[in-house]
Amino acid sequence: MLELVGVTAGYRGRPVVSEVSVAVPRGSWLAIIGPNGAGKSTLLKSIAGLVPHSGSVLLDGRPVQQLSARERAQVMGYSPQTPLLPEGLSVTAYALLGRTPHLGTLAREGPRDLAVVEQVLARLDLSSMARRLLRTLSGGERQRAVLARVLAQQTGILLLDEPTTGLDIGHAQALLELVDRLRTEDGTTVVTTLHDLTLAGQYADRLLLLDRGSVVASGDSASVLNASVLAQHYDARLSVIEGPDGSPVVVPQRHPPK
Amino acid sequence: MALILLVLAAFSSLLLGVSDLGYARVLQEIWAQLTGGVSPLSSREAAILWYLRAPRVVLAALVGGALAISGAAFQGVFRNPLADPYLLGAAAGAGLGATIIVVTAPTWSIALPLAAFAGALGGVGLSWALSQSAGRSTATLLLAGVAVASFLTAVQTFVQQANIDTIQRVYSWMLGGLNTTGWREVLLTLPYITVTSVVLWLCARLLDVLAVGDEEAASLGIRPARVRFLVLGAASLATAAAVSVGGLIGFVGIVVPHIVRLLAGASYRVVLPLSLLGGATFLIVADEIARTVLAPAELPIGVITAFTGAPFFLLVLRMNRTR
Repeated sequence: MLELVGVTAGYRGRPVVSEVSVAVPRGSWLAIIGPNGAGKSTLLKSIAGLVPHSGSVLLDGRPVQQLSARERAQVMGYSPQTPLLPEGLSVTAYALLGRTPHLGTLAREGPRDLAVVEQVLARLDLSSMARRLLRTLSGGERQRAVLARVLAQQTGILLLDEPTTGLDIGHAQALLELVDRLRTEDGTTVVTTLHDLTLAGQYADRLLLLDRGSVVASGDSASVLNASVLAQHYDARLSVIEGPDGSPVVVPQRHPPK
Repeated sequence: MALILLVLAAFSSLLLGVSDLGYARVLQEIWAQLTGGVSPLSSREAAILWYLRAPRVVLAALVGGALAISGAAFQGVFRNPLADPYLLGAAAGAGLGATIIVVTAPTWSIALPLAAFAGALGGVGLSWALSQSAGRSTATLLLAGVAVASFLTAVQTFVQQANIDTIQRVYSWMLGGLNTTGWREVLLTLPYITVTSVVLWLCARLLDVLAVGDEEAASLGIRPARVRFLVLGAASLATAAAVSVGGLIGFVGIVVPHIVRLLAGASYRVVLPLSLLGGATFLIVADEIARTVLAPAELPIGVITAFTGAPFFLLVLRMNRTR
């Protein structure tokens, strides 16, 4: 179980996220939602140990802060909102970078690492592109390549910052389905930030709504995706209706024309 | 492939010179030295081969390899294709060191490379220290490098102008040249260049990791700042060693890694070793040209590297586009 207790994080002493506490059971999916600038990415980065923070992040009861950077990278995989892709690398070479935490500082990858990468690429349907250069990939393929890099880390926890950025509805859906499959098959714990509230409600077990760095709502999609709560914190006109499968759908409403 | 080119370049360079030794006899001589057989050359010819030409070829290989691998490493650390080994004040520092010696102790021959070496390391060290006190980001380091380089160049120009009679010697040093006195220069630089090349080559995978950005690299369990410090330290040491005996040879550090990238891919595991070999080959050939086109006079090798390197680079760029 991944547990956050009173996590406060920020840059240059100015807190961006304050006093966040939440528990994420093994194999479940937590979606961090909230308006722009609410501190979603900062919270995710503090879980990954990339931003200095106070409070504690516990993994099965043990504080993650006690782990070295390498040990942490063996239990948590992180992908940023806009990953920097070394364009001249092949998909395989890029995914192999995910093996870094399992190698000595100056060591090279062995056949085992290659086998892991091969398996991950097959799973993400990237095998046919293994030798292609990153610069030749489409947006959806790039996002999958990034996911392959993170999966090659073989961690029990995935921290994905807006994994659907720039993807159309079909590709976004396919990527989230893929993450969901990994979660159910391997029991991976998933924490993502997501800006699409309807998708967040469909895939995550639990939503955490942040506004100005504080948790303002937390719980399952039915309780968090509440029209008046969302309207207040996003400063938007919207309604929440019931989709065909019973899941909440967040619909924006246009100002009535004069 | 790259290795074969290097050997061919080295051998052809051994053959070129005022006295014609003949390729068959040079091969026999090398064979004789390896197996302990009878030398086919007169003692004067053997001296030309082993004390004039061979050290120079080896020195060209060392300097070219060091500059190219350092250039590749700098490009990796700064994630910037325009980075070169002189970026952080190594050239300006070495220039100042050399100028001071030319002005104050022109006859003390061993002092020139040592002063250039110290100046190069001093320039980089100063840039590093300044950037550490002002923000620690790579952008700050780059800007500190620019500031230090301009400052040291200003001081160097002042010293040079105040001693205008030395200007020709200063300039000919700056344009680069591989003047050897037996094996001394090779022995001076070999340890540094060997050690730093091995360190850089070991860091190749870490440079690939750095290419995904500091945050992701950190999430993979490495410490980007430490890797950068190690790589820049090693590359600067190699550059300082190269500059101390070769002067400010331009173009090798920036163009050779790019040619390697265009031909063999962008992973630093490939780029670093091939840059070392490519830089060595390139500088041996450039030195051959420098020695022969106006023989017995010698052209500054920096002129040759730019004059031949630039068109070659454009050619590779074009080939790559049409492929």
